[in-house]
Amino acid sequence: MPATPAVEVLDLVKTYGAKRAVDGLSLTAPAGSVTAVLGPNGAGKTTTVEVCEGYRTGDSGTVRVLGLDPRRDRRALSSRVGVMLQAGGAYPAARADELLRHVASLYADPVRPDELLERLGLQAVASTAVRRLSGGQQQRLALAMAVVGRPELLFLDEPTAGLDPQARLATWELVQELRAQGVSIVLTTHAMDEAERLADHVVVVDRGQVVAAGSPTELTRNGSEGLIRFRAVPGLPVDDLARALTTQTTIEEVAPGTYLLHGQVDPQLLASVTSWCAGRGVLVEDLRVEQRSLEDVFLSLTGRELRT
Amino acid sequence: MSAPAPLARMVRSQARFELRLALRNGEQLLLMLVIPIGLLLLLSQVEVVDIGTTHRIDFVTPGVLSLAVLSTAFTSLAIATGFERRYGALKRLGATPLPRSGLLAGKALAVLTVEAAQFALIGGLAAALGWSPHGLWPAAVALAVLATIAFVSLGLLMAGTMRAEATLAGANLLFLVLLLSSGISFPLSRLPSGVEHAARLLPSTALTDGLRAVLQDGDAVPLRCWLVLVVWALAGVLAAARWFRWD
Ligand SMILES: Nc1ncnc2c1ncn2[C@@H]1O[C@H](COP(=O)(O)OP(=O)(O)OP(=O)(O)O)[C@@H](O)[C@H]1O
Ligand SMILES: [Mg+2]
Repeated sequence: MPATPAVEVLDLVKTYGAKRAVDGLSLTAPAGSVTAVLGPNGAGKTTTVEVCEGYRTGDSGTVRVLGLDPRRDRRALSSRVGVMLQAGGAYPAARADELLRHVASLYADPVRPDELLERLGLQAVASTAVRRLSGGQQQRLALAMAVVGRPELLFLDEPTAGLDPQARLATWELVQELRAQGVSIVLTTHAMDEAERLADHVVVVDRGQVVAAGSPTELTRNGSEGLIRFRAVPGLPVDDLARALTTQTTIEEVAPGTYLLHGQVDPQLLASVTSWCAGRGVLVEDLRVEQRSLEDVFLSLTGRELRT
Repeated sequence: MSAPAPLARMVRSQARFELRLALRNGEQLLLMLVIPIGLLLLLSQVEVVDIGTTHRIDFVTPGVLSLAVLSTAFTSLAIATGFERRYGALKRLGATPLPRSGLLAGKALAVLTVEAAQFALIGGLAAALGWSPHGLWPAAVALAVLATIAFVSLGLLMAGTMRAEATLAGANLLFLVLLLSSGISFPLSRLPSGVEHAARLLPSTALTDGLRAVLQDGDAVPLRCWLVLVVWALAGVLAAARWFRWD
C-alpha cells in the first residue's frame, strides 16, 4: 500500500492585498515523520500551516491533508489532526486542567489529561487560571491540548518558542515519542538545532516560497567539500585571504569575527590560513573543521538582512 | 484510530464548561443574578415609578423574568463570547471535533440552565413577596425559550462581527436601552406613542408583554408577541449563521 503523504501542498498562493504571503509554495510531509518548516519572520509559515489546518483558504493551488481537503473535509479531519496555534487559543478564565479535560472530552479515546499535565510539568499549576500561567506554561498547555486527542497528524506552530531548556527537552521527547508511535508531525521553528535534532525533513521557506528542502544531512552536506570555521578580529579582508590560498575556496564572515571557509580541506589549507593570519599579527581562535550547520545553510539561503 | 466523542457528550461537556466559566465570572453573576434580584426588590417595595396597578409584585415579576432572559441570553453571552473570540479560544475549539452547531448548542444549553435557576430564584423570592401568578406556565416557558433563541443569536452576531471591546460597550448599552424601553420597569403606555409603537417591535418588549399577559392577567399570549419573537429569532439565527466569524 503506497502511504498517502500526511500533507501535500502544491503551488499554494495566498495574498493579502498586494502582499503575496505564500507565493507558489509546494511541500510534502511524508507520513510517520517529522517535517520542520524553517523560515525567517513573515516567510509564510503560519499562513501555510493554517491553510492546511482549514482556517484559511488559499487563492490557488491544492492542499491535501491525510488525503483529504482541509476545508471541505474539516469534520472528518477534526478528530485526526491535532493543532497548536502560534499564539492564543485558550480560555483565559479556565483552569489549566479544566480546559485540558474539556478538550479531552471531545474525543472518543483521549490520552488521560493527568498523564499529559505531569509529562509536561504542569501538574503544579493544574488549577491555575490560564491567564495566570507563564508564557511557557501556556505554550505547554497548548501542546497538551494538541496531542490529547491522539491525532494521526500534528501541526505545531513554533512549539518551543519561549520555552526554557527543560521544557524544550520535554517537548522534543514528546515529539520523538509520538513519531515513534507513527504520528506525522509538521512543525515550524526558528531554532536550527531543533530542526537538526527532530526533523526527518526540513523545508526552508522564504518570501512565501520553498528555497530548499531535504533531510538535515542533505541540506548541510556541501558536496565532498569541507568547512573550516574560526574566530578572529572582525573585519579581516577575506578576499585577500582567498587569493592567498592555493586551493579554490570561498570565505565569508558569517557573524562579526566568525569566519567560514568552504573548500577542499587538507593540512596544507589549514596551515595556509593560520600562517596568513600570523603574518598579519591576527590570533586565530577556536579553529574547527566541521560540517555546515543548518544555520549556515539557512543564512546563506535567506540572506542576512532583517525581515519586516 | 482517533475518533470524535458522541455529539451529545460533546454538547453536554461544552455546556458544563461554559457554566463553570460563567459562574466564576463576577460581572456575569452581577448581570445574571444581582441586577434582576435587586430590581425585583426595589420595584416591588418602593414606588420608583407609577406603574398604575395596586398589586405591584404581579406587574414587576414578569418584567424581571424578562430582564433575566435578556441579561443572560444576550448581554452576558455576547460579552463572554466576544472575549473568547478575541483570545483565539473559539478558533482553537474550531480545530477540535466539536462542530459549530455543537458549540452553539452547548452555549444555548448553558444559558437555558442559568435561566432555569434564575426563574426558580426570582419566582421563589417573588412568591415570598406575595406574587401569585396565573397558570399557563407552558406558554411562559415557550416564550422564554423563543426569546432566548432570538437573544442568543443576536448576542453571537455582535460577538462574532465586532471587536471584543465594542461588543462589551454595545451589549451593555443595549441592555440599558432595552431595560428602559421594554416595559420591564414601567408600563410602555407612559412613553410617547411613537416611541411606544417602535418599542413594541423589540424582542424584549414582546417577551415582557407576553409574560405579563400570561402571568399577570391569565390571558393567552397575544399573537403580536409570538410574531415579533419568531421574526427576531429567525432573522438572528440566519444573520449569525451568515456573518459570525470565529477568529
Ligand atoms: N491575516 C493577515 N492579514 C494581512 N497580512 C497577513 C495576514 N496573515 C499574514 N499576513 C502577512 O503574510 C506574511 C506571512 O505571515 P506568516 O504569519 O505566515 O509568517 P510566518 O512565517 O509565520 O512568520 P513568523 O516566523 O514571524 O511567525 C507576513 O508578511 C504577514 O504580514
Ligand atoms: Mg508564524
